[in-house]
Amino acid sequence: MPPVISVHNLRKTYGKTVAVADVSFEVTKGEIFGLLGPNGAGKTTTVECLQALRHPDSGDIKVLGLDPVIQGSGLQRRIGSQLQESALPDRIKVWEALDLFGSVASNAQDWHVLLKQWGIDEKRNATFASLSGGQKQRLFIALSLVNRPEIVFLDEMTTGLDPAARRIAWDLIHAVRDNGTTVVLVTHFMDEAENLCDRVAVVDKGKIIASDTPHGLITSYATEVRVIFSTDKKDLPWLNKVAGVKKVARHGNRIEVEGNGPLLALVAAALVEHGIVPLDLRSEQPSLEDVFLKLTGRTAVD
Amino acid sequence: MRTLGKLTWIEIKLFLREPITVIFTLALPLIFLFVMGGVFGNTPSPDVYRGVGAMNYYMPSYYGLIMMAIGTVALPVHLAGYRERGVLRRFRASSFSVWSVLGSQLLVSFIIAVVGSILVTILGKVVYAPDWPVNPGLLILAFVMGTVCFTCFGFFLGAVLPSTRAAQGVGMLLFFIMMILGGAGPPPEVMSRAMQIIGEATPLHWVIYMLQNPYLGFEWHTNASLIVAGVTVLSAGLAARFFRWE
Ligand SMILES: Nc1ncnc2c1ncn2[C@@H]1O[C@H](COP(=O)(O)OP(=O)(O)O)[C@@H](O)[C@H]1O
Ligand SMILES: [Mg+2]
Repeated sequence: MPPVISVHNLRKTYGKTVAVADVSFEVTKGEIFGLLGPNGAGKTTTVECLQALRHPDSGDIKVLGLDPVIQGSGLQRRIGSQLQESALPDRIKVWEALDLFGSVASNAQDWHVLLKQWGIDEKRNATFASLSGGQKQRLFIALSLVNRPEIVFLDEMTTGLDPAARRIAWDLIHAVRDNGTTVVLVTHFMDEAENLCDRVAVVDKGKIIASDTPHGLITSYATEVRVIFSTDKKDLPWLNKVAGVKKVARHGNRIEVEGNGPLLALVAAALVEHGIVPLDLRSEQPSLEDVFLKLTGRTAVD
Repeated sequence: MRTLGKLTWIEIKLFLREPITVIFTLALPLIFLFVMGGVFGNTPSPDVYRGVGAMNYYMPSYYGLIMMAIGTVALPVHLAGYRERGVLRRFRASSFSVWSVLGSQLLVSFIIAVVGSILVTILGKVVYAPDWPVNPGLLILAFVMGTVCFTCFGFFLGAVLPSTRAAQGVGMLLFFIMMILGGAGPPPEVMSRAMQIIGEATPLHWVIYMLQNPYLGFEWHTNASLIVAGVTVLSAGLAARFFRWE
């Protein structure tokens, strides 16, 4: 299948700041594609170039076969945008905004349904200024979907949402994709990328440093499992001899064993053999967090 | 077209939900009407008000005043605020054309100017009994030209002024200069020569002449209409040149 988005050597600078150094990627129809990276990595600049909202310095972009630089408004009619920063008139009502933004498409979605899905139905007559941060965010997501876009760009869509609303948003985006819409998701939340994306490009300092399925990234870059338990026994040299163990660290009573393979089962067996049966024995699977740490030497939040 | 229609209707509702703008554009001319009408009545005097009754003079002046309030303050502040807060950016991302965004403002300006002028006319007529316009056809032409002129002037200010604050400051300054010296305040005949010269440099002065002549039954003021057309073209050109979505 030909890609619905292809980007080659995209570059964008603001004065001396290089926001996007050199970015290339492709997105296939029906995918949920994620751009994951810390704040300032250049994610927003990249997707706003794709949405014809910023002018790249150089590079080739095709979105739905169109060049955003010269076919911007034709493209904007066919895509949906939830921007990281934007606003509506203070006194516009929620339903008026949906009705207005739906008017650009001949086959707009019934906004009553969107209001219900995104949980802002009881706010339909409220003004934009009176909404909470999370309600505004859900309105913006609904607005990005009202024209039945072929591709929807969501930039930090769960900012301001509480954990329950986040989960619901993820489910709804899965459903949007299942209806045939391609989703480009920008986020600095590792768990969001891991839960939602079919493919993730890790962005750092204006470049894509790795790109794969979340599972693929984890198996290539973060194979190590961590087994954690508590005990007050001091001397545990035999733990290092368990197959697969690479490192044992102690923080007070808490022991962290790192390694690969079926670590939990082997460590558990060794513990029982030595008469230790901790109540809190558990293992932590590697996550995109570990991938990012491995790739950049930094945790994403800093 | 559908977007233009919807946006215009929403902008009318937004205007009505913004009490300060409503007072500024619709109520202020009425306050002027009653202050000036109370002081001067409508008995003609040969020395002031172009020799006609004060209320005959002011009726078309207030039409111009409403257009000017839209063009110097209401519209630039609205547009600069939209840009500053990211509303224009949001509109653009959904492929709203510049014609829908500015076209809706032009339509709303017209509607406000018409409603405001009808209010002034009805209340003025009831209280001070000025004459009806002598040449309504040309008055309508002048009205359309004046509204388009000040709307384009508002587009120009809204395009070049970077923030709501700047638009409020510059807009208010221009508003007061034009209001007092441009012909909607004290009679021009009583002002010093310097004040008259400044007054004649304002677009409002010429818009008022263009409106007054058909209202009062004088000959169409060709120079005024040419100056107004010139200001319109210049403002529109500069607005198109400097308009930014963000
Ligand atoms: N309009 C702008 N003007 C100047 N610098 C900008 C602008 N937008 C973004 N930048 C800078 O470009 C870099 C990348 O920003 P951005 O694309 O927003 O990253 P991200 O979305 O990954 O947080 C940052 O250093 C940011 O400060
Ligand atoms: Mg960003």
